[in-house]
Amino acid sequence: MTVVHSAPRFASNDGVIDTLAASLGSMLTSAVEQHGEIVLTIARGEIENALRILRDQHEYQQLMEIAGADYPERAERFDVVYMLLSVTKNHRLLVKVHAAENTPVPTVTTLWPNAGWLEREVFDLYGVIFEGNQDLRRILTDYGFEGHPFRKDFPLTGYVELRYSQEQGRVVYEPVKLNQDLRQFDFMSPWEGADYVLPGDEKAEGGKA
Amino acid sequence: MSFTLEESPTTGHEVITNYTINFGPQHPAAHGVLRMVLELDGEIIERVDPHVGLLHRGTEKLIEHKTYLQALPYFDRLDYCSPLGMEHSYVLAVEKLLNLEVPLRGQYLRVLFAELTRICNHMLNMGSHVMDVGAMTPNLWLFEIREDCLNFFERASGARMHSAWFRPGGVHQDVPQALLDDIATWLDDRLPRLFDDAMSLVIDNRIFKQRNVDIAKVSKEDALAWGFSGPMIRAAGIPWDLRKSQPYDVYDRMDFEVPVGTNSDCYDRFMVRVEEVRQSARIMKQCIAQMPQGPVASTDGKVSPPKRAEMKQSMESLIHHFKLYTEGFHVPAGEVYVATESPKGEFGVYLVSDGSNKPYRCKIRPTAFSHLQAMDFMCKGHMLPDATAILGAIDVVFGECDR
Repeated sequence: MTVVHSAPRFASNDGVIDTLAASLGSMLTSAVEQHGEIVLTIARGEIENALRILRDQHEYQQLMEIAGADYPERAERFDVVYMLLSVTKNHRLLVKVHAAENTPVPTVTTLWPNAGWLEREVFDLYGVIFEGNQDLRRILTDYGFEGHPFRKDFPLTGYVELRYSQEQGRVVYEPVKLNQDLRQFDFMSPWEGADYVLPGDEKAEGGKA
Repeated sequence: MSFTLEESPTTGHEVITNYTINFGPQHPAAHGVLRMVLELDGEIIERVDPHVGLLHRGTEKLIEHKTYLQALPYFDRLDYCSPLGMEHSYVLAVEKLLNLEVPLRGQYLRVLFAELTRICNHMLNMGSHVMDVGAMTPNLWLFEIREDCLNFFERASGARMHSAWFRPGGVHQDVPQALLDDIATWLDDRLPRLFDDAMSLVIDNRIFKQRNVDIAKVSKEDALAWGFSGPMIRAAGIPWDLRKSQPYDVYDRMDFEVPVGTNSDCYDRFMVRVEEVRQSARIMKQCIAQMPQGPVASTDGKVSPPKRAEMKQSMESLIHHFKLYTEGFHVPAGEVYVATESPKGEFGVYLVSDGSNKPYRCKIRPTAFSHLQAMDFMCKGHMLPDATAILGAIDVVFGECDR
């Protein structure tokens, strides 16, 4: 596929997968190149060793970001994605591990000091546990928040709302009350795989039965 | 505030051991809603624990419930000091998934306004940095330039701050030639005059130097390890600029220099930004000179909406318009991480698509997160008032940091 978009252009991906696969060996479970990005999947227990090899032997000096993602239909539902950057080779790499709620991921704070907050964020929003992170507190949500809000099964509106109570002279938490239902319009075309029943269609189905 | 009073073993006098204070969240030098718990030994900072998240709005979660086009205005509200810089990463990420070509004039307009955003952002940051260390006047003078920038944004998009003007496929509307002419005159005359005037008050000022030189020095190795980017990594002496090394849009056609620091302190960070403003002006002049005529947004009717005039005549345009503003466009499944050089540093978007009309996951990489995390390491051993200078030189905006 010819590239016609104007997104950032970094060094070529040619041969990178082969070189890294040889060096990572059995730690690597899969390596794909899609949309011009190399995505490596690493066995969960080996992530620290794998990233150490990438940092020390392959010049990926910077850890720019750790992202979580939730795929509830999978057994190990979470993805933890590490974005690596090499300022000498001018190349980017996405490194992934899969995790469940009860399977801790080894911390990489031993390799990059800035991994601390990034891991705290994934823990806060998804509930992935990082083994060895000395300071795994919540970071973005409120003090005393319960639950992990970015999971797909956490409602967009949340469970609690807060207001200042004049009577009690402090901020109080209450269950969410919506004056109008949260509207989620589904504009998917009925001809292209919408999975809802159009109003009235159930009558036709009912008549047959 | 908590004190521990102890008897000094030698003199019998009471001595004050370490105590902690709250810096912010309402302090004007906290640049918004930062709360820092500082552990002090006298006036020396022993430990800093920044508490972020007081402005967390769940932007990424909200984006998962919106179509690709509806998600765009959320990016203006991340770093509200440089809205177009935020949009730039997002539209490029969507275009990368779609493999969508942007017409040349659209690319030039984006670069032009991204650089105007950089000037606009740096005016606010430099002004507030100077004010944090005690000077009032330069801030007011720099706001005059910022006001000009906001007026240009308004003339291009109709909004002063939350423009929502970059769209997947190009920009929303073309600009009139008069605006380009006015920007060109402004770059030649008013900007250098006002900017040099304001900078003459600051850069050789004795007090400003005493407050910034040799404060929070960071070595190259530390800058890499802590995930620094933008002016922070350039001040540390690493010539790393995504516009140069990983060019996007038409940056590869632009002739500009990347300023680097030599001493890696707060003063260098400030001076890197000063030079970046001049380089941005240079890029903008080239954009205006080189900009071709032609469409400003992709001509692919499945992604970018038709012109209103066409809709009055063409049935197909009308259908496209209806479909794009209800269902939106579908993006091929896959994942990309696209980072651009926002005024504050590397601003990245990790976009996961499942092939539908809404992003499955949109992770935003804020620049301030990594920089702020290094506050503890940068402040250690410095005096309490240095914390404001260090914070000012980071250029932190909480809309972006907390998301």
